[in-house]
Amino acid sequence: MKEIAVVAFSQSDCLAQAGAANEVELIMPQLRAVFGQVGLNNAQDVDFVCSGSCDYLQGAAFAFVAGVDALGAVPPIKESHVEMDAAWALYESILKIRMGHADSALVYGFAKASSGELPIVLSQQLDPYYLAPLWVDSVSLAAMQARLLLEKGLATERAMAEVVARSRRHALGNPHAQLSGEVSVEELLAADTFVAPLRMSDCAPVADGAAAMIICTVDKAREWGLPYARISGIDHRIETHNLGMRDLTDSVSTRLAAEGAGVKRGPVQVAELYAPFSHQEIILSRALALGDDTVVNPSGGVLAGNLMMASGLSRIGEVFRRIVSGEIARGVAHATSGPCLQHNLVAVLESA
Amino acid sequence: MAKLAAVVGIGQTHYKTRRGDVSIAGLVREAALNALQDAGLGWDDIEAVIIGKAPDMFEGVIMPEIYLTDALGCNGKPMLRVHTAGSVGGSTALVAASHVQSGMFRRVLTVTFEKQSESNAMWALSTPQPFSVHLNAGAGGYFAPIIREYMRRSGAPYDVGIKVAVKDRRHGARNPLAHLQLPNITMQEVEDSMMLWDPIRFLEACPSSDGACAMVIAAEELVGESPKPPAWIRGVAMRSEPTMYAGREEVNPQAGRDCAADVYRQAGITDPRRDLDCAEVYVPFSWYEPMWLENLGFAPEGEGWKLTMSGATSLDEGGDIPWNCSGGVLSSNPIGASGMIRFAEAARQVRGDAGAHQVPGARLALGHAYGGGAQFFAMWVVGADKP
Repeated sequence: MKEIAVVAFSQSDCLAQAGAANEVELIMPQLRAVFGQVGLNNAQDVDFVCSGSCDYLQGAAFAFVAGVDALGAVPPIKESHVEMDAAWALYESILKIRMGHADSALVYGFAKASSGELPIVLSQQLDPYYLAPLWVDSVSLAAMQARLLLEKGLATERAMAEVVARSRRHALGNPHAQLSGEVSVEELLAADTFVAPLRMSDCAPVADGAAAMIICTVDKAREWGLPYARISGIDHRIETHNLGMRDLTDSVSTRLAAEGAGVKRGPVQVAELYAPFSHQEIILSRALALGDDTVVNPSGGVLAGNLMMASGLSRIGEVFRRIVSGEIARGVAHATSGPCLQHNLVAVLESA
Repeated sequence: MAKLAAVVGIGQTHYKTRRGDVSIAGLVREAALNALQDAGLGWDDIEAVIIGKAPDMFEGVIMPEIYLTDALGCNGKPMLRVHTAGSVGGSTALVAASHVQSGMFRRVLTVTFEKQSESNAMWALSTPQPFSVHLNAGAGGYFAPIIREYMRRSGAPYDVGIKVAVKDRRHGARNPLAHLQLPNITMQEVEDSMMLWDPIRFLEACPSSDGACAMVIAAEELVGESPKPPAWIRGVAMRSEPTMYAGREEVNPQAGRDCAADVYRQAGITDPRRDLDCAEVYVPFSWYEPMWLENLGFAPEGEGWKLTMSGATSLDEGGDIPWNCSGGVLSSNPIGASGMIRFAEAARQVRGDAGAHQVPGARLALGHAYGGGAQFFAMWVVGADKP
């Protein structure tokens, strides 16, 4: 099977509110950045384009159609879209390259999550007959999951605060982060709960922005003369929507995806995990069987800035950046979708 | 080189105004079970599920794959959700095929649906886009001026659309799954129906349907495990262009022409009217048949309407290149599934499994879908013969 190389990545700052900037204006600078990294002019210079976005975050049907305006799709291009995080747009692009219909692909994701009340909006992704009418928001569901972890003795509020403190400290080195700084566990624990047992700091902030990536065959990366990271494995799995039938303190689908992606076949120096809530990083780290030698979320992760529909792709981009800079040789990236980590994607990236 | 793949199972629901007897999950599961039964397979034989539908705002369920995984036997497996506007049914089939053609999967299930009775498509299509000009036109209002321009350029007689409306409904009357059952429809009846968006009359427009369509796509080595003849995937193509740009050809879009050229090249087709035995083409408003006949190369520019009027596209009139024998989008329109129904009906024809709307001896067929402002295109060519 054709080996896939990541050759370019860019993400925007995580802005609490992008103001009057529209989606195209959020996307364009990221596209320019990745084209610049490769030395391309526009989307005409890649063989395939795939994006991830969500109509409900834009508040109108066909959010991605405006996105096409950012591409310069004249003459027409080969283009597709998933109503998912752009990590899954990457997955679709890999299929396209492996079937031999493309040697290179542009992948991007974007959202202006600040336009609505994100936790409430996300309640409408639940079963439309039995759960959505209750308007159970995403924070409340995550709080229930955290409560289960605490009651089973699988996490403590202190351990959760430690995740947050590390995220903020790591984010000091991330110019795109929304939240960063030195903050002590005691300070964090001194704050009131938001939706118990979660404190505001346990929840990813709402952000606007976009991210873009260019992937290609290893041959193409060599032809372009670019440093690259190989995607040596990628898999994704979904599990039941019935929360009562899941063990919410574990992530079975992450385990399966990790196995499929071959996480265990080598050391994991860095893991970038899409954990929008601090306790979910604890669940994911266990599901991925990460040891003390793995640096988790060196970018700060999404607790430091969460680009809806792009954060999964950004996790992969963050690992890519560390590989091409020579900092690490092998890392794992993760993306998630759905309430309480229902759907998970795992990718393994390795140096050339 | 793409790995060989074929459609080995097809399942559809009845298309109706309202399927009040099933939930959204029940609807997609019905189509999926029909496809598995057709393929002689069970849930455990499926490695991944690829789902598609039109905008989430129709039914008001965000990312419905999250809720539908249980109904589609996908727990523990990969699930991907495609959304490319009206072409989504076709695009979803292509993304599903790419799972197998990439060599990463051996057998996948793909499902598309729309439950318009639990939805309000006109509202969802007319919500103002932030920072954009608000058209508030719906689909018919958007396409009517483009159709008028086609009529002006081609000099086609006023009743070409009426003829298509009658032809596709008579085709639909042969298909027990079709939503509209109008075996005795007449040209006069269509002409007398209410003008909705001049020149599109009520009976020249597609209905609003509930329904789902599913297919099982298998790799070459597993094709023999299913009992019925396969439909080999001979070519796949997608193209997109922006909704608006200076000089955009809206009547005969470049993206459609490019997409057709690409899929024909893969399938070795040089003259589509001669080489193909039939086609299932996305015609939601009657006049799009002559327009797409030209866009897809079945007729020279300005002459598509002549094929329609001569009966060339009619199964009832013994035409040489029947279009939309299933009744097409004009007879059934569960929006998110409509493109996949075209792809699946093309496959049914080359499997020799299209019942009363079978084109005798069909060996090679085109499936087509378009969406947005006629700017997103998805096509495949399927054949009875292994390439």
